[in-house]
Amino acid sequence: MTARPAILPERGIADRLSALFWRRPGLLLALLIAPPLIWLGVIYLGSLAALLVQSFYSIDEFSGLVVREFTLKTYAELLRPSNFDIILRTLMMSAAVTLAAAILAFPIAYFAARYARGRWKAVFYLGIMLPLWSSYLVKVYAWKLILAKEGIITWAADSLGLGFVLNAALALPGIGGNSLSTSFLGTWLVFLYVWLPYMILPMQAALERVPTAMLEASADLGASRGQTLRTVILPLALPGIIAGSIFTFSLTMGDYIIPQIIGTSANFIGMAVYQLQGTAGNLPLAAAFAVVPIVIMLAYLAIAKRMGAFDAL
Amino acid sequence: MIPAVEFAAVSRHFGPIHAVDAVDLTIAEGSFFAMLGPSGSGKTTCLRLISGFEKPTHGAIRIFGQDVSNTPPNRRNVNTVFQDYALFPHMNVRDNVAYGLMVRGIPRTARYARAEELLALVKLDGFGDRKPAQLSGGQRQRVALARALVGEPRVLLLDEPLGALDLKLREAMQDELKTLQRRLGITFVFVTHDQSEALSMADTLAVFNQGRIAQIGTPAQIYDQPRTRFVADFVGSSNVLPPALTQSLGGPAQWSSLRPEALHLAPLAGAALTGTVTSLRYLGAGTRVQIATGGTEIGVLVPAGQPLPEPGSQTGLGFDTRALHIMEGA
Repeated sequence: MTARPAILPERGIADRLSALFWRRPGLLLALLIAPPLIWLGVIYLGSLAALLVQSFYSIDEFSGLVVREFTLKTYAELLRPSNFDIILRTLMMSAAVTLAAAILAFPIAYFAARYARGRWKAVFYLGIMLPLWSSYLVKVYAWKLILAKEGIITWAADSLGLGFVLNAALALPGIGGNSLSTSFLGTWLVFLYVWLPYMILPMQAALERVPTAMLEASADLGASRGQTLRTVILPLALPGIIAGSIFTFSLTMGDYIIPQIIGTSANFIGMAVYQLQGTAGNLPLAAAFAVVPIVIMLAYLAIAKRMGAFDAL
Repeated sequence: MIPAVEFAAVSRHFGPIHAVDAVDLTIAEGSFFAMLGPSGSGKTTCLRLISGFEKPTHGAIRIFGQDVSNTPPNRRNVNTVFQDYALFPHMNVRDNVAYGLMVRGIPRTARYARAEELLALVKLDGFGDRKPAQLSGGQRQRVALARALVGEPRVLLLDEPLGALDLKLREAMQDELKTLQRRLGITFVFVTHDQSEALSMADTLAVFNQGRIAQIGTPAQIYDQPRTRFVADFVGSSNVLPPALTQSLGGPAQWSSLRPEALHLAPLAGAALTGTVTSLRYLGAGTRVQIATGGTEIGVLVPAGQPLPEPGSQTGLGFDTRALHIMEGA
């Protein structure tokens, strides 16, 4: 009988590396996460810190130069009615877009998670992802035409004899306007269209993780469909819904193109930042404006956590 | 007396697969009924037909005499202990147990009081504030049991409830379930693939094979008088003897079964059967000796303390003629 070796010979550098990683499991992990960590840690967090520092500076009103001294003056300026309105408007729009996206996304995500199989699943993913492949600007301009007074929506409403519904919606104070493309209603519709995939995908992933046995147990114990939805499905899918809402909420808050092209010319936070750091050259106020969405998101997450949104994670 | 559950020629087809095929079944009220069979034999589908998660393709199901063809699961006073328990992970144990009362709109204090009673019944008092993730497998099993019993169902369905537990715990739970069933008087329908579990717990036993019931009877009937080769093979460790061998032992030319404990080793001379010892399997209370004879293998249970043959040696076999059971089917 030939003696087979108990330990196999080393086959070069790859084996030596494998052995090294086996002896020190932390090393491989460190090598793998170092590049993204450096990217996020230094570049992203660094610029975020720079932004935060900027927001505590102020601008000299005569010379237009940035005064590099710590002050809360710039933040006080945010509370001036004209600036505070921008924050409030952006917040309301983000909330409205997020709420509508959640309501609209749920049935689609539920269908995809529970019933779509094989080919239908592929159709679902394609349908959700396809709009993301075309240019964002093209889509927004396309919507401008769709929503215009001479556009297809007005035409369709008139042809169906539903023009009065459209007119009634446009006559609503605050959100209405001359046409959909020049009203907040239109801005909201386009935001909703553009960010909807970001709500559907995490929601679908969360719903897919709710085991069917859980739904059966609920029905077995006497719950109606509505009760199962409220007491089992929604709580278990909540982390996914929150994840989706973070996307739609923060994307709406930061966007400066859609409100520029569609809607009234009223300012949103993103537009304000764009104008302040560009034409106006008021970097500290731009920075202070940019801090607002971050603070709002942190507050939102804290509330969600306190309400137990992440308990099912 | 109206039976608790009645199947009249019930079939459930999934495309070309006949998961349940023209099953007739009657489950008496207050009985502990076991459905036993290998995986894919249709026993779990039968359970899901009772709970309402599957609808029959043909036939009618009656629960306490009422046809349930158009009754959704939430309106059947039948509760299930699920195989993997399906406890709600976002609720604590108390809310899990009280869930069935909560959806019926029973006020919090009343349903919590009742939940505590049920937790005491399954010996989990004081665990109400824990989350399911903080419990052991056996404890989760008890919570699932309490949750299913809280609404006082007429029939309790148990889908392999002990499958995930280790042997010691499983045996303890078997006794407990049996005691509980006697105490509550609720009809239990129990699905398992473990024949010893079914034999030890059930009053009545249905053995499933390929979507049909192969045999239905008391555990003793099933064990001692298997009707078909499948039942003899699946339930217990009986020897299944082909017609020729049955005939040489003095029976008719039919398949028969012979339990290993009804056989004993005998001197070669004058033995009814002789064969070659192929293997020995030590079982603790005895040793199972496999003997090749007449083209088949026969197992003999030799009680501990008796001399054992060497593998490869020739031995004679004796048996109790009364133990030879002639089967009707093939």
